Amino acid sequence: MSETAERTVGQTGAPQRGSTGAGGAVLRALRLLGRQREATVFVIAVALFLYFVIDKGSDFTSKSNQVLLWSDFTTPIIIIALGEVFLLICGEIDLSVGFVVGFAPYFMHFLTDYYGFPGLLAIFFALLLGLGVGLVNGFFTVTIGVPSFITTLGTGFVLLGLIDTTSHDQPAQVPADVLGIGKWIANYAWAPIIWAILLTAVFHVVLTRTRWGLHTVSAGGNLLGAREAGINVGRIKYGNFMVTGLLGAFVGLQQMYYTGNISPTLGSYQWMFYAVTAAVIGGTAMLGGVGTIIGAFFGAVVLGILLDGFPLIGVSADPLFIIFGAAILVAMVANVQLTKLRERGQR
Amino acid sequence: MRATTPPGQPELIDPGGDVVRCEHISKRYGAVTALTDVNLRLKRGEVLGLIGDNGAGKSTLLKILCGFQPPTSGRIVLEGKEVTLKSVDHARSLGIDAVYQDLALINQLTVYQNMFLNREKIRWPLVRNGIMRKEARERLDSIGVQIPSVNAPVATLSGGQRQAIAVARSVFSDPKILLLDEPLAAMGVKEGAIILDLITRLKREGNVSIIMIAHNYAQVIEVCDRINLIQGGQITLDKPTSETSAEELTELVVEEYRKALEERQRAERSA
Repeated sequence: MSETAERTVGQTGAPQRGSTGAGGAVLRALRLLGRQREATVFVIAVALFLYFVIDKGSDFTSKSNQVLLWSDFTTPIIIIALGEVFLLICGEIDLSVGFVVGFAPYFMHFLTDYYGFPGLLAIFFALLLGLGVGLVNGFFTVTIGVPSFITTLGTGFVLLGLIDTTSHDQPAQVPADVLGIGKWIANYAWAPIIWAILLTAVFHVVLTRTRWGLHTVSAGGNLLGAREAGINVGRIKYGNFMVTGLLGAFVGLQQMYYTGNISPTLGSYQWMFYAVTAAVIGGTAMLGGVGTIIGAFFGAVVLGILLDGFPLIGVSADPLFIIFGAAILVAMVANVQLTKLRERGQR
Repeated sequence: MRATTPPGQPELIDPGGDVVRCEHISKRYGAVTALTDVNLRLKRGEVLGLIGDNGAGKSTLLKILCGFQPPTSGRIVLEGKEVTLKSVDHARSLGIDAVYQDLALINQLTVYQNMFLNREKIRWPLVRNGIMRKEARERLDSIGVQIPSVNAPVATLSGGQRQAIAVARSVFSDPKILLLDEPLAAMGVKEGAIILDLITRLKREGNVSIIMIAHNYAQVIEVCDRINLIQGGQITLDKPTSETSAEELTELVVEEYRKALEERQRAERSA
């Protein structure tokens, strides 16, 4: 497993080194501070990982536990966080995505088992469902003007109701038709985390090196200014809602394959809360304009290590939330202080 | 580029002259009337100064001309042809570019990212940071604007530097019509001179026609060819710069204020 971890580190470490290479000493120091949010959460992730390696040894480093840590705990948080980071940066949030996670597998199950859709087509439509929910979120938020917090609170409840009503609160079997495709999404032990890393790389490039990413930052940083510059901010927000929904549906299918069944309890707020926590710990601001994909990735890794490691050292899931809560607060205080420090350094 | 006049229609006024005309433009926001039946013409290669008190409707008119918002009624004639400006992008594709009063800069982005905001150089799907950095540097150098680094976030710059970046951004996208909303507001003496020199240079080159909103009448007189005064959403004065003076313009605006004050006092006395 540590192979996987190292690859992740190498991948994200490179651009940091590259961009600090140029410029004067002062500039470099400022850059470092600017990057520190990602650096801090990276250091915390590594420290936690080493702590559990030293403390629990093979209990922690065994293949089965590492698969659990990376593919089960960390992957869904990472993938959903990718969408939430884009939304938070453009000044919105999606509270409903956790219920897309829950509904997408059922939707696929209904299509194959009740309506005779071929497996691949049903999967395609399940992903389309995620896009559709994003479209609805975008419609109410952008076109009608309801704050996204309220919009997605509403659509989240609607989806929860749809899951419970259509499933009659009953779990279902994964349709035989789609089992074969599953191995590429989740059944190979490392498949989920590899998906997560690839998607992270793509989203990082989109955020930092494409017009879409720059315009997402612009929409959240200065909405009026972005409009005046001719940026179609509505399109940006619609798009980010839809991508987040799509990612939610993807995670739903991944979870279905991973657990081997379709459960009505899969849909919950927990996914969204973990993802937003990862984003915030990683340095994404709730006010828009600021955020990083790499930070959210390591934020998710921190949460994954805690979720996996604490039961190993005999801490139950209950006090774990105390740690999570404290981590969020500490991260936010650090963010605020760092921002002040940076501003002082630059003036 | 000029549309030919259909047979039977009267010849357009001053052929080759007007690059853009606003005809009977009105703008209402609900019960508030911002502009009433405004007629404005901008001649080719001309610098038109748009003056008037705060809230007179100057910025509203500019935002209509650059496609940011549609007029309630009236029409815009661009190079002899009526156009409906659908968006800022659409107006820009027709050669109209604006520098807004609030500058439309994104604090979280760097100088060069802002200079190429929504006109990024791309090799799909990626933006070409190297080229944009280099060109931003060259452009700012060529007009004498001093910036510590094009990689600095614009949040770290002074008001004048920010304004210079916003102006440079529009100027270098080669517009046919440049709209400037108080381009000198936050400027120090030196930065102000940089922008005034730039406008003078553009005027000399003659490829661009400019509408400029300003409050400093001495500067208006210095660079503008013609002055339009907006009062209460209507254009009340249209004179070549040579026939007016900073004193006259100041007097006109102050007079409006005094008249309004007197009327209010009279109304209060009679009440």
